[in-house]
Amino acid sequence: MIDDGSLVSIRNLRFYRGERAIFDGIDIDIPRGKVTAIMGPSGTGKTTLLKLIGGQLRPTSGTIHVDGEQVDRLGIRDLYRLRMRMGMLFQSGALLTDIPVFENVAYPIREHTGLPESLIRKLVLLKLEAVGLRGARDLMPHELSGGMARRVALARAIALDPMMIMYDEPFTGQDPISMGVLVKLIRALNDASRLTSIVVSHDVREAAQIADYIYIISNGKVIEHGAPDAMMNSASEWTAQFMNGLADGPVPFHYPAPGLEQDLLGVA
Amino acid sequence: MLEQLVRLGRIGIGSLEQLGRGHLLLLHMLAGISALFTRPRLLVNQLYSVGVLSILIIAISGTFVGMVLGLQGYYILSQFGAEQTLGVMVAASLVRELGPVVTALLFAGRAGSALTAEIGLMKATEQLSGLEMMAVNPVKRILTPRFLAGFIAMPMLAAMFSALGVMGGYFVGVGLLGVDDGAFWSQMQAKIDLYDDVLNGVIKSLVFGFVCTWIALFQGYNAVPTSEGVSRATTRTVVHSSFAVLGLDFILTALMFGE
Repeated sequence: MIDDGSLVSIRNLRFYRGERAIFDGIDIDIPRGKVTAIMGPSGTGKTTLLKLIGGQLRPTSGTIHVDGEQVDRLGIRDLYRLRMRMGMLFQSGALLTDIPVFENVAYPIREHTGLPESLIRKLVLLKLEAVGLRGARDLMPHELSGGMARRVALARAIALDPMMIMYDEPFTGQDPISMGVLVKLIRALNDASRLTSIVVSHDVREAAQIADYIYIISNGKVIEHGAPDAMMNSASEWTAQFMNGLADGPVPFHYPAPGLEQDLLGVA
Repeated sequence: MLEQLVRLGRIGIGSLEQLGRGHLLLLHMLAGISALFTRPRLLVNQLYSVGVLSILIIAISGTFVGMVLGLQGYYILSQFGAEQTLGVMVAASLVRELGPVVTALLFAGRAGSALTAEIGLMKATEQLSGLEMMAVNPVKRILTPRFLAGFIAMPMLAAMFSALGVMGGYFVGVGLLGVDDGAFWSQMQAKIDLYDDVLNGVIKSLVFGFVCTWIALFQGYNAVPTSEGVSRATTRTVVHSSFAVLGLDFILTALMFGE
């Protein structure tokens, strides 16, 4: 059932919020050592998917395996043990705002290891060096730009040398330079540290640039999946509309509404 | 009619759900207290922000409340020629009632609202989720030290309020209105009982500290993670804490001082 080459294996996942199905029976395999992009329009539950993989939410039905462990069945202690091998980069960075950059990156190391202070210092500086912000170690989070905050959060996410990193919309709201830096960093970190990366994004160009494999989800289903080139040249009208950013297509430009004439003139 | 019943039922179920979530959070916070012994620094930091930073408002309010008690007490007692008992009246009012109650109300307004806003914003900016994904339990690491700090700080703040209130009453009664210095203190010493008055006041402030901090932390943790949600949660903290303090004060007073 579970593909040995996959670090994350999702089978027949259903997740409901009230009556609304966010996921309605999806299957996803995240291959080890690769960058996999999960793409789809806003509001399709991409962030929810990351929370399900991280065990912050429990599926309504179906299974999620991470490195052979069924996440939704784990007790809190085992879940925390598994999370120590996962990193997550939140859209906002989620840095602790009352401590400086250095302490933010040192936080997980201090929490989970009994390393001496001198070694923690070296580790933190190395992680900050990897994201190019060694010089910003004494800044407070509110003194950082959005791009810098995400890079610090990335340094914190890799602080414990995890086996995988989940990126939640890493490119949203970034200027072209920050975007370029993040694209380069995600790919470089994945290759240098032999990580497995899951990038949730709707920035087609950037995600396609670094991904080895792409899943497109919409309306609770996996619409299509494959290598970036195959997705760019997909015969599916829906995929072509999404990948090429077309305003109208299978996803209509207009939100469902009564006829314009009826609305404006009150004609029954 | 049926629709109103359905709405009433929905409100009832919603309230019970909140109550259940609040108690679960309390259990998790209590379970996390033992972990604080290995990291006392977390508690000390919170004692500073919850307790020390509240001292100014407590000290000023306590002094003025004591001064007003001195004035009002003098005018009433002097009508019966009993102004020498002013010290007893000021001290009993403060230690039994005003010290714990007004301190709790001020605490809810200053420290409680700050706690709710802080936790609510941490939720809105994904800091609590971030901690969870770092395999750090946010209830143990963030909420429990704040809870314990509120519980410890409240009786100390109430004691400070009462002490400064007595000094305020002394200043007005003895210093300005001419009540006898010796009578003020000796009457107080003779009539104020350590157990009946002081200890009961301390018990009240411990209960208020427990409830106010619990409400503040629950409202922050349960806040809708938007600016409007945090704002509503902060308001609820002050309103719910005030009701809880005044209601519990009546119950505790009836139990402690009833015949």
